[in-house]
Amino acid sequence: MIDPINPPGRKNPLLRTRLPASPPRPRSRTSHGFTRAAAEGRFVLQRCEACGVFAYPAREACPSCLSPDLVFVDAPRRGTLLAETTARVPSDVYFRERAPWRIGLVKMDCGPTIVTHLHADCVEGAAVRMSFQLDKSGQAVAFARPEGETPNMADDRQWREMTADPKFRRALVTNGRSVVGQEAVAALKAAGAKTVFVGVSEPWRPFAGEELLRGQQGIEVVTLDAADEKSAVDLAADIGGKVDILVNTTEYVRPGGLLDRRGTSIARDEVDQAYLGFINLAQAFGPAMRMRGADGINNSVAWVNVLSVYALANWPAFGAYSASQAACLSLSHCLRAELRPGGIKLMNLFTGPVDTEWFQTVPPPKVAPRAIAQAIVSGLRGGLEEIYVGDVAEEIRQRLAANPKALERELDR
Amino acid sequence: MQSKNLLELAGAISSGVVRVVDLTFTLSPDFPVIVLPPEFGQAAPVRIQEISRYDGRGPAWYWNNVTFGEHTGTHFDAPIHWFTGKNLPNNAVDTMPTKDMIAPACVIDCSAQAAQDPDFVLTVPIVEAWEAQHGRIPERNWVLLRTDWSKKGWRDYSNLRDDGAHTPGPNPAVMKWLVEERGVIGFGTETIGTDAGQAGHFEPPYPAHHFLHGAGRYGLQCLCNLDQLPATGAVIVASPLKIQNGSGSPLRVIALVSST
Repeated sequence: MIDPINPPGRKNPLLRTRLPASPPRPRSRTSHGFTRAAAEGRFVLQRCEACGVFAYPAREACPSCLSPDLVFVDAPRRGTLLAETTARVPSDVYFRERAPWRIGLVKMDCGPTIVTHLHADCVEGAAVRMSFQLDKSGQAVAFARPEGETPNMADDRQWREMTADPKFRRALVTNGRSVVGQEAVAALKAAGAKTVFVGVSEPWRPFAGEELLRGQQGIEVVTLDAADEKSAVDLAADIGGKVDILVNTTEYVRPGGLLDRRGTSIARDEVDQAYLGFINLAQAFGPAMRMRGADGINNSVAWVNVLSVYALANWPAFGAYSASQAACLSLSHCLRAELRPGGIKLMNLFTGPVDTEWFQTVPPPKVAPRAIAQAIVSGLRGGLEEIYVGDVAEEIRQRLAANPKALERELDR
Repeated sequence: MQSKNLLELAGAISSGVVRVVDLTFTLSPDFPVIVLPPEFGQAAPVRIQEISRYDGRGPAWYWNNVTFGEHTGTHFDAPIHWFTGKNLPNNAVDTMPTKDMIAPACVIDCSAQAAQDPDFVLTVPIVEAWEAQHGRIPERNWVLLRTDWSKKGWRDYSNLRDDGAHTPGPNPAVMKWLVEERGVIGFGTETIGTDAGQAGHFEPPYPAHHFLHGAGRYGLQCLCNLDQLPATGAVIVASPLKIQNGSGSPLRVIALVSST
């Protein structure tokens, strides 16, 4: 059993902030099959199409029958911890700083044996539940947890390195005017965030739900108009060193594509809010977050974007909006790479039409803002990179993977 | 007028005998703009983006790119802004007569009433009472409505509620009367817009816009420091940016006030 982590005290200003280090990065191209699955929280292994044997680590040929026909498939997570050991003085800088570090050997029920990071509550001979997690290098690593729940399970030191749990951390939700933003604030608070800063643009403008934010314990309303360079910079000057999780809930949805709109003023607003706003936030908050990636219990850990799934495939009814989201998606990959040296995770949530006024005439199913907020928290707790929230988003993903051209035709309705 | 009078004016300005009062808010991203229902096109807010600031982007110089809507900050409305003035000649900021950019002002102090009632409306009897004290409003004068609204915090300044903005302004009768009976050159306010916050419910809607621009007159809004102006005798300098076919523009509005 592990002791719960304590709320961190104030930093000693005489000590240098520990800089982030990265665990080893190199992987074979084939191994990124695990990266892909870890990004979404799935557990996959290679399985031989010829003989059905599961294999690990990633290989080019089946260890049993030598068939090259190995494919990554969802695999059962259960295994047994055969042996464990503790690395006390590792040579790698990242692990040396975090030593002692426990690793073990897990025999999977489905066959292979896996060298894995261990949750502190895993004991030899007992069943474990395996997952692939993205480590501070953004690469997939195997991780074994006890099969059942144990007290303070999420507080495990090694597990917390793999995740971005809001507990005791300070989050900034960039747009508190939207229902999604307000739900995100509530969910992060409920998940144990110490402080949730919530940005409100044009504070002179009243908005629904304002009373949920103002005057609440642990919620600090701050002025933030992400589309305004100076506003983002000014806020970062105040709280940039205290943002451990940034949740970009920018929401600017307008219907229409190209021919039924006149001029570019709406498109400009879309780009201003979504794309330039993203850049302003990244430039204002990104550098400090990247620098604080190893800053104790409440180190900075994650950047979250709430995006439309139509970033992946244009929906002409909201065509220009889809394009603005695609731009943000592309930019998010750039930011993910640039945040990597800090070990900061970048998580994108893809949603279908949300149950808000701008999708009022769109028939269900629509995503409830609360479901998005809950997905944000569960994604942070699981250390994910990609989450598809709701049926529409999941379906678009599958149809896109199956046949992008078919999806294009289907969305053109 | 002899040129020496102009030089005397310049001397009086430089010596401070004639005060130059700035009636302009700083043009900044956080200044409230007019709010229309979201399905309409919106005024772009002020954005200021650094090009360089003595840094790698330009080592010795500081400058910005600035974008804004024509109707942001302290700004000027030209007749072409409203449908009633769309067919008038020289109705845009680039074609309006330059002589219209300098004119005297009558300042009607309604700050006491506005403090009591955010929906205060200026009426003909109020202006007539003002005239009884200060004399008839001369032709081609600005009429500036002082409400001290500019001294409020931004939330109270825009004063948006579920049923729209609640800010003071003129009623339809007084606008028609000022334009037709007094021949004013324009009407200016401290609030966002020359019309009252609830003026969309007036008949006609937005009477200041309707009557002023329909007669080729002008509007000024988001003014400040009107409390530093005398009831009569101040001269307003309001020259909007020369935007091609522009419907208005942010501008620096100054008032010349004799201190003697």
